[in-house]
Amino acid sequence: MNEISVLIGGRAGEGINIAGMLIVRILSARGLRAYMYYDYPSLIKGGHNFAVVRAAEEEVRCHREKIDLLLAMDQETVRRHIDWLKEGGSIIRDAGVVKGDGIAVDLDAIVTEEKAPPVTKNSAVIGAFSRACGVPWTTVEEVVRRAIPKEIEANLRVARRGYDLSREVLHLPATGRDPLPILSGNEAVALGLLDAGLEGYVSYPMTPSSSILHTLAGLAGRFGISVVHPENEIAVMLTALGAAYAGRRVAVGTSGGGFCLMTEGFSLAGMAEIPVLVVLGQRPGPSTGLPTYSAQGDLLFALSAGQGEFPRIVAAPGTPEEAWYWAGALLDLAWRFQTPTVLLTDKNLGEGIFSFGETEKRPALGPSLWKGEGEYRRYEIGTGGVSPLAFPGTAGATVKVNSYAHDEDGITTEDGAVVARMAEKLREKGVAAARVLEGYPCVATAGDPDAETALLCWGSTAGVCAEAAGRLGLRVVRPVVLSPFPEMRVKAALAGAGLIVAVEENITGQLARLVSVHGIRADVVVGKYDGRPFALEDLERRLQEATA
Amino acid sequence: MTLITAAKNTWCPGCGNFAIEHALKDVLVSLAEEGRRAEDIVLVTGIGCHAKIADYLAVNSFYAIHGRTLPVASGIKLADPALTVVACAGDGDAYAEGLDHLVFAAKRNQDITAIIHDNRVYGLTTGQYTPTSYEGFRGRSTPGGIRERPINPVALMLASGATFVARTYTRKMDHLREVLKAAVLHRGFSFVDVLQVCATYNNLTDYYNDRVYLLEGHDTADLGGAMTRAREWDYSADAPIALGIFYEEEAPIDPWPAMGGAGPEERGRMIRDILRERT
Ligand SMILES: Cc1ncc(C[n+]2csc(CCOP(=O)(O)OP(=O)(O)O)c2C)c(N)n1
Ligand code: SF4
Ligand SMILES: [Mg+2]
Repeated sequence: MNEISVLIGGRAGEGINIAGMLIVRILSARGLRAYMYYDYPSLIKGGHNFAVVRAAEEEVRCHREKIDLLLAMDQETVRRHIDWLKEGGSIIRDAGVVKGDGIAVDLDAIVTEEKAPPVTKNSAVIGAFSRACGVPWTTVEEVVRRAIPKEIEANLRVARRGYDLSREVLHLPATGRDPLPILSGNEAVALGLLDAGLEGYVSYPMTPSSSILHTLAGLAGRFGISVVHPENEIAVMLTALGAAYAGRRVAVGTSGGGFCLMTEGFSLAGMAEIPVLVVLGQRPGPSTGLPTYSAQGDLLFALSAGQGEFPRIVAAPGTPEEAWYWAGALLDLAWRFQTPTVLLTDKNLGEGIFSFGETEKRPALGPSLWKGEGEYRRYEIGTGGVSPLAFPGTAGATVKVNSYAHDEDGITTEDGAVVARMAEKLREKGVAAARVLEGYPCVATAGDPDAETALLCWGSTAGVCAEAAGRLGLRVVRPVVLSPFPEMRVKAALAGAGLIVAVEENITGQLARLVSVHGIRADVVVGKYDGRPFALEDLERRLQEATA
Repeated sequence: MTLITAAKNTWCPGCGNFAIEHALKDVLVSLAEEGRRAEDIVLVTGIGCHAKIADYLAVNSFYAIHGRTLPVASGIKLADPALTVVACAGDGDAYAEGLDHLVFAAKRNQDITAIIHDNRVYGLTTGQYTPTSYEGFRGRSTPGGIRERPINPVALMLASGATFVARTYTRKMDHLREVLKAAVLHRGFSFVDVLQVCATYNNLTDYYNDRVYLLEGHDTADLGGAMTRAREWDYSADAPIALGIFYEEEAPIDPWPAMGGAGPEERGRMIRDILRERT
């Protein structure tokens, strides 16, 4: 066996997420590469939660339909997921509440006998799981000590009881490789921002972006940055613009509803030429939609949000490594071109848990700063439309920014010629940005580059598309930068393809619509719009149907 | 130091905005004379007649969008606490479109100053009622007269925890100057409701002249007393109109951690540590 899939399920509030994370860390400690999808409803207690962990010798970025092990913390888990279990697969159950076959571990009894606090319950299942996979006890102990913040000894006693009650039912491959760090996509975004010199993060909580806020708030003291949660998303955007005007590298984070509130400020950033990065974590809409699930329904919104015409750079990373890279790159680009940028993610990427590989190094790209010579003009017409930046407090400079059409000094104007020239200045910046982006990895490819059939996808379906394409002998073309659209590179990657299949987690085929503007026709759209990520087999079936 | 730009002034003759512009200019000049660098002053405005002051005063300015002066001012102050940040907002700006920000700015008590050009009408959009228009006000969107009572911004700010609450009037130039200066010097969030004459859509000069009086012998540390004074006139019914500082209090001013960050090397080291913790 060279891979394993495990599902752990229980009621909301029972720590299924944390238990899933521990499973990931244990498998990772065995040298495997792991991925976890966490499925939970939008409530705090009750309801059904489950996590699917898949691990293998090589990188895994999606889950399968079938599992080797089912860890049931309640009867509902068995009822819902028994069909997922492979023939010959095994169940580990909390014998106190779950009837049926499988390895029985009575969690309440163990916790009572060990005089351990109830929160340690899940550790017995983790112990039983580890033994079932032949994980040596020393590994379990090591991971628990590193990954669990409190009650370590009690957790270990409880885990050991589960371990002893269990039996080996499958063998994990022993890779002998060093474990990789385990990160969520949102943590990768947060670290990518910090790595790129973020000085402030402003956000109002909204799933699935909130964990960026929580991560950065937790790290703020250590890194000396400011993390601020103001009264609403309008304030978020405007506070960020105020801070950027005064010279700080800031980002904001939200989901669709919050971004709706930010759009007036987003357009202000375009007009006033103020750098800001928006992390937009998509979830299914319209409106409140499905808060804790995923979608790719906001691509065209991100591309056109805000009144008027101004350059914007929008990138949709497909992997946590890309999320890290583009979080930093979009901060650099926002500052270089003094314009808003959008990092378009979604719940599956942001809240997915991954073995985190190597990130690419960003090209060096700094802002163009005023040299202090002559009279300062905030919107001076210069090379490529980029006027040198100065910040309030700079000796000899009066820095005037303006939401109205303005002249080079930032004073309001209605003079037709000046208005037209300033519109052209904004366009020049867009052109210059597109040129600079030629040095960035704007289009990713996977699979067989000569295959007749090409999958055209974007964002978090990267992993499942690459794996399905590998198995079916297809090619994958995935624009990561969506604005300015890398038309030539997408066309080059698609050259010779006889059939183009767009794969998107939406119902209308938004990337398919976007590429059509650039003279690329997607022949079929394979859409998914139930909020759940594609399982590998699910996508394969859909692709076989679409290409038959 | 003139501090006036070459931009063409387009306020109507008799507009109270001229008084605010010149009073604020005088305050900024006197601050500069007392050693504050002109470069460290930032003016934030909304959208409306009042907001043109951003074009007219030759200081750093952020001519923002309707209703959103205060979050911009908050961000600037957070980014660089050495700056003196003054927000000039309209009554439509501050009390309608952006009321949430006003209450939160008061609650937060960052060291910024909000000057509300309260002409009690939407000037720039040609004369509609605002939250401080009196009952029965006939505006272009309410030709039959409004049948709702105004909000009392002074009482609202007292209730919201503002640490400096004042009211002044554009026909009392010395008072205006004095109050604006005290507001800018106050450490914490300062709120000044300026009764501003709109010569074109809501000329209340005579009404104000007959009713305004200066607060004297009033204890500015007494919140209860301030509230009583604030409620004397409800922006609608006939009553004496107090001008002056209603309330002033010293309170902590830094609600948020300062912006900044470690250098690239230190950042890199900390990030590597985090990644190691995550294996
Ligand atoms: C979001 C938005 N809504 C509406 C407007 C149109 N608008 C411009 S100024 C204004 C009202 C201005 O009133 P006030 O803030 O009292 O300023 P004044 O003109 O009286 O100084 C309105 C509604 C706008 N610019 N933005
Ligand atoms: S409309 Fe009123 S507020 Fe606007 S400039 Fe004219 S007088 Fe002043
Ligand atoms: Mg007004």
